[in-house]
Amino acid sequence: MKLKTFKHGSHPKEFKEFAEHKLLETLPIPDEVFIPVTQHIGAPCKPCVKKGDEVKTGQLIAESAGFVSSNIHASISGKVKAVAAFPHPNGSKSIMIHIVGDGNDEWIETEKVSDWEKLGKDELKKLISDAGIVGMGGAAFPTHVKLSPPKDKPIDTFIINGCECEPYLTADHRMMAEQTEKMVLGTKILMKVLDVKNGYIGIESNKPDAIEIMEKAIAGENTISVVPVQVKYPQGAEKMLIKAVVDKEVPTGGLPMDVGAVVNNVGTAIAVAEAVIEGKPVVERVVTVTGDAINEPKNVIARIGTPFSKLLEYCGGLKPDTRKVLMGGPMMGVAQYSLEVPVVKATSGILCLSTDSVPEIKEYACIMCGKCVEACPMFLLPTRLSKAVSKEKYEMAEELGIMNCIECGSCSYVCPSNLPLVHQIRIGKLKINEKNKK
Amino acid sequence: MSTTNTETKGTDVKKLLLTSSPHLTSDESVKKIMNGVLIALIPAIVFSVYYFGFRSLIMILTASIACLLTEIVINKVRNRKFNEGSAIITGVLLAMTLPVSLNLGFVVMGSVFAIAIGKEIFGGLGFNTFNPALLGRAFLQASFPVRMTTWTNPRPLLDAKTMATPLGGFKFGEQIINESDHYFEMLIGNTGGCLGETAALAILVGGIFLLVKGWADWRIPVSYIGSVVVFGGIFWLINPTEYPDPIYHILSGGLMLGAFFMATDMVTSPVTKIGAWIFGIGAGLLLILIRLFGGLPEGVMYSILFMNAFTPLINRYTRPKFFGEVKS
Repeated sequence: MKLKTFKHGSHPKEFKEFAEHKLLETLPIPDEVFIPVTQHIGAPCKPCVKKGDEVKTGQLIAESAGFVSSNIHASISGKVKAVAAFPHPNGSKSIMIHIVGDGNDEWIETEKVSDWEKLGKDELKKLISDAGIVGMGGAAFPTHVKLSPPKDKPIDTFIINGCECEPYLTADHRMMAEQTEKMVLGTKILMKVLDVKNGYIGIESNKPDAIEIMEKAIAGENTISVVPVQVKYPQGAEKMLIKAVVDKEVPTGGLPMDVGAVVNNVGTAIAVAEAVIEGKPVVERVVTVTGDAINEPKNVIARIGTPFSKLLEYCGGLKPDTRKVLMGGPMMGVAQYSLEVPVVKATSGILCLSTDSVPEIKEYACIMCGKCVEACPMFLLPTRLSKAVSKEKYEMAEELGIMNCIECGSCSYVCPSNLPLVHQIRIGKLKINEKNKK
Repeated sequence: MSTTNTETKGTDVKKLLLTSSPHLTSDESVKKIMNGVLIALIPAIVFSVYYFGFRSLIMILTASIACLLTEIVINKVRNRKFNEGSAIITGVLLAMTLPVSLNLGFVVMGSVFAIAIGKEIFGGLGFNTFNPALLGRAFLQASFPVRMTTWTNPRPLLDAKTMATPLGGFKFGEQIINESDHYFEMLIGNTGGCLGETAALAILVGGIFLLVKGWADWRIPVSYIGSVVVFGGIFWLINPTEYPDPIYHILSGGLMLGAFFMATDMVTSPVTKIGAWIFGIGAGLLLILIRLFGGLPEGVMYSILFMNAFTPLINRYTRPKFFGEVKS
C-alpha cells in the first residue's frame, strides 16, 4: 500500500540512529533553573514571584497575560534569586525567573483525578489551561487556545502528530514507545474536550516499533486509528499532516480549524494526561540530546529551565570539534551562542554538530533549476521570493504569497547553489509585518 | 556560575557557528549538475568521433578550451566566482552544432561569442537569457552562412549513416535512408553534417541519464518532441507526399540534441511545471513551422532561442496555485 503524504517536500537524511533506541532517562534535579516568562506564542507572562521568595515545584510563578498566553510554573523547589534578563534559546535576552534549588524537589499539593470521564469539557479545558500546556513539538502555541474554536468552526477531526519529521530528533518516538498509555489517555481527553469522534495518530513509517506499539494500545478504541505516513519533510507540519491524513487543504492564511481539524503533538497529549490525572503542570519535557558532537546521545526528561550545559554534561559532554549547537532539529533549529540558555517548553532537542557535519558551503548564483519550486510544500516560488526580497520589492513578494511560507527550509536544503532562500523569505516576512503594523 | 560565562567544560562557545536554519544541505550542487551534464554528453561525443573521425574530437576540444579560457579571463577581470563545468558544456554543445568541416578559427570565434556575449555580458552563469551555445551558433550562422551550410569535402556521412544501421537500436536509420530523395536532400544538405546531431540513440542514452538523475526537467524533452510529433503529424496526415512523417522529424536535424541538452538548460527554461510544458510545446510548434514553411532549413536553434526569450514571461504567468488557495 502506498503511504499517505502531501505533495512536494524534501528528503533530508534522517540521522535518527544516534538516539532512536536510547530509552528515556531522567536528568537529576538541577541546582538552579532559569525559567523564561516567554515560552510560547503570544503575550509574555507576568511574574508573580519576586527575588527572595520561596517556591515549591509546580507552583505558579508567572501568570498568563491574556487568552493567547500560558502559565508558567516552578520546575524545582527553592528560592528565587533574580527576576532578570538572561539569554534565551531563541537568540534574544528575555526576562527569566532564576531559582536556586534547595535540593528537596518539594511539590505543591496537587489534585489527583481518579475518574476524568466525569469531568465536563470546560473543567478539562481549565485543567489544561492552568497547567501551562503549549504545543510541545516546537511551535509552543498555547493548547487551550487550539481547544477553543469559535462556534462557527465545528471540529470533526483530531490528529496526534507523531511524525517527528525533523532529522536527528527522537523525543516523540521514545514517548510513543514508552509513555504509550499516557499518550492514548491524553488523546482521549483532548477528543472529549473537542467533542470529536475521529481521532488519528499520524506516525512516519521510519518508526515501525512506535506504529506497532500504538496500534496495540488503541486496539479496543473504535474512534482512534493509527495512520502511518510517508517519511518526507515537513510531514510533521500541521497543514501537511492534515493533507496526508484526511486529504484536506487548510485554506491560504487559514488555520486547521477552518477545515475542522485540530492537531496536537505527542508530548502535548502526554502533558494533558499528566495535567488532568495527576494535576501536574508542565515542569519537565523530553529533550533529545543528539548529533555527532555529543559523546552519549540520549533522550532525557529534563526540568524546564535547566541550562543546556547541564544536559550536555549529563550526556558525556561535547566533543572537542563541536561546531554548532542547535535548539531543535537541523531543518528549523536555532543556533546557540551560549550553552547557559535554559530548556524551555519548546525544546524538543539539543543538536550538537561537529565540523564534519557543518560543511563549508560555497554559494553560487541561482541557476533557475526549479528544485526549490518542486520542494516547496506550500507551492510557492522560493527563488522568486528571495530575489524579490533582496531587491526590496515587498509588494511583489506579497503577491507571490510570501506570507504563506511555513519556513520549513526545504528550499534552502535542496538548492544546488546553496542560496539562503528561506532566510531571505523570513527577512521579507518580518519587513512586511513591520510595514503592516504601521 | 554566571550565565555570561562563555566556557563550558572545555568547549569554547566563541567557536560555535551561528547561522540561520536549515543547518543541513542536500548533496546536490551546481558543480555536480554540470559534471553530470558532461557525463551525459559522453555517448554523443563518442558517436560523433565514430562517425566523423578525429577531427570531430579536435573541434570539441577547441570549442571547450576556447569557452573555458574566455570564462576564466572574464571572471578574473570581474573578480567573480564561476563554475568551470558550465563553460565546458557550452563548448561541447556548440561544437556539436557545427559542421565537421568548419575551420577551427570559426570554432574559436563562436566559442568566444557564446561565453562573452551569450553569458558573461548578462552577469555570468544564472543571469543569461539565451542558451549560450545556441547563441554562439546563431552568431556563426548569421555571420558566415555559406561556411556553416556548405558541405564541400567528401565526408563519410553516407557511410556513417549506413554504418549506423547495424548498430542495434538505431532502428530508424534504414528508414530515413530509404525515404524519398526529397527528404534525404533536406536532411544531409543542412543538418546532417553537424557533429552531434546524427546519433539519436547516443543522445537519448545521455538524455535519459539526465532525466533519471533529475538534472533536466523531463517535461521539456517530452513536450518538445511530443509537440513536434503532433504538429508534424498533422501536416503529414494532411499531405503525406509533401510533408515528412513525424519519425523523420524526430531523428533528423538537431531535435534530439536540442530537446535533451539545450532546451533543458536550467538557466534559460522556466522554473514552473506548467511553464516547462508551455516552453516545450511552443518550441515544438515553432520548429515545425520553421522546418516546413520557414526560410531556414532547420529550426531547432531558433525555436529554442525564441522560447528562451519568452521564459521570464512564462515564469511570471505560470505561478502555481498556492497550497490551500481557493479560486476566487
